[in-house]
Amino acid sequence: MDTEPLIRLVGVSVRFGRQQVLSNVHLDIFAHETLALIGESGCGKSVTLKLIVGLLQPTEGELFFEGRPLHKMRERELVAMRQRVGFLFQGSALFDSLTVFENVAFGLRAKGITAPSELELRVRSCLQDVGLTVASESKMPAELSGGMRKRVGLARALAIDPDVMLYDEPTTGLDPIMTDVINELILQTRAKRPITSLVVTHEMRTVQKVADRVVMFFPQARLSAHEPQLIYDGPPSGLSSCDDARVRQFVLGEARDRMNDIRDVVESV
Amino acid sequence: MSAGAIDTVSQPVLDLAEPPVPTRGTFAFFGDAFEALGDWSVFSIRAISGIWSHHLKTRELLRVCVEVGVSSVGVVSVTGLFIGMVLAVQTYSQLHMIGLDTSLGAIIHMSVVRELGPVLAAVMLAGRVGTAMSAQLGTMRVTEQIDAIACLGVDPVKYLVAPRFLGCILMIPLLTVLADAMGVIGSSGICLYVFGIDDFHYWQHTQNFVKRFDLLMGLAKSIVFGGVLSLICCHRGFNCKPGAEGVGKAATEGFVLSFVAIMFLDFVMAMLTTTVHNLIWPAVGAKVA
Repeated sequence: MDTEPLIRLVGVSVRFGRQQVLSNVHLDIFAHETLALIGESGCGKSVTLKLIVGLLQPTEGELFFEGRPLHKMRERELVAMRQRVGFLFQGSALFDSLTVFENVAFGLRAKGITAPSELELRVRSCLQDVGLTVASESKMPAELSGGMRKRVGLARALAIDPDVMLYDEPTTGLDPIMTDVINELILQTRAKRPITSLVVTHEMRTVQKVADRVVMFFPQARLSAHEPQLIYDGPPSGLSSCDDARVRQFVLGEARDRMNDIRDVVESV
Repeated sequence: MSAGAIDTVSQPVLDLAEPPVPTRGTFAFFGDAFEALGDWSVFSIRAISGIWSHHLKTRELLRVCVEVGVSSVGVVSVTGLFIGMVLAVQTYSQLHMIGLDTSLGAIIHMSVVRELGPVLAAVMLAGRVGTAMSAQLGTMRVTEQIDAIACLGVDPVKYLVAPRFLGCILMIPLLTVLADAMGVIGSSGICLYVFGIDDFHYWQHTQNFVKRFDLLMGLAKSIVFGGVLSLICCHRGFNCKPGAEGVGKAATEGFVLSFVAIMFLDFVMAMLTTTVHNLIWPAVGAKVA
């Protein structure tokens, strides 16, 4: 593993109005590793992914991509950076007015690949990689099942041949078999090319299967002023034996303390 | 303690002390309004610059032109026809009393060509196409499709807004001509065939008063209306709040703000065109005044 991080977050805070989502987060992501980012809903996992591609700006702190600060990048540099990053969105975010073929070809066209023969070759290859046939090319996103939509989203992200893949809850809402299919595709992608992956997920099976390293965030709203938001950074095998009970509770899906919180809030109301 | 066992987590300290709310000054509303106007201006410049970028696709432009132009023909024709007819009915009784029946053509046609045609076409477009643009882009925002476009290295403002802006400014003059023509047909039909006004003098007065300048000013206005309403509606869609309510609100805001902008710009341009008219033809201006 390289010593210099590919992506670095330094003291990053994000606030939406009066809601503090991230607070003083420091995180390094190294080249060619698969990092799983876990945590309860609302702890800022998806926000972190959007910060990395510059879709959101931090309220405080800085982000670096290959040592270059994102906020100092010009429009052209930002576009070039984004074309090296594949993003699988939580809801797939397929363009609903375009066919599957056009969806996958979109990023290729943006990169300047416009020759029909080359487009066809590359789109078909990407669709095959995720287990989709030629018959699905002409379908509209509305005609696809949840699992197929995820796979088309993955094909679209991989079509641009990225150096970094960001997965935003890739298995949410899928049945166990399709969840494992997506996990296998993540592993297969990493085996085929040297790629850095950041996987945001709630699924512990996904974490155990694909991650080299795990980072856990805790919701800022449930922390006191100076408690760090990042409560675990280590291998997946260390999660269940972690000293921090909040980590173990998340891993085992233990809701006892949250129920106490909820009961307290209800009683106070 | 054995690995994996659960110990009691210390109760999280809920920070109930809310951050202080900044006091909003008396002019905060105007501050917000100026900020929104600035944001819209930057958005508009970016969208307009997209016309010259490689993101603009002919196929997408044609699709927008069909949606804006061809699909609006019916509604613009019908409303134009009825506006002309209503104007004729309402104006006839007044002018008939002072014996100026034959001047009806000049008055109604001038109103239609200068004001009602462009405004009617723009309002119809804001209601029919503008709200659809807001809702469509709002849905794309909510479902992260706009973020996906940006992630694939394409500027979503240039890619999505430029063809809509161009489609509107290309199609709205044609719709305005259609609204003008239908207004003239509707009013003439009522005046000549229902009220029995002498057709020679009716058309003679029209020809004397309604000039090419009036028609061109009407078309110039319509282009401004079309451009502004498309940018307002797209801007609302891009800044849509999450959920179905957010999309609905974006569509409503798109229409309301477009309507207000059309009325405001109509007033400004009416003042401007009258000034220009009086500068070019001072004698006619003095006579009218």
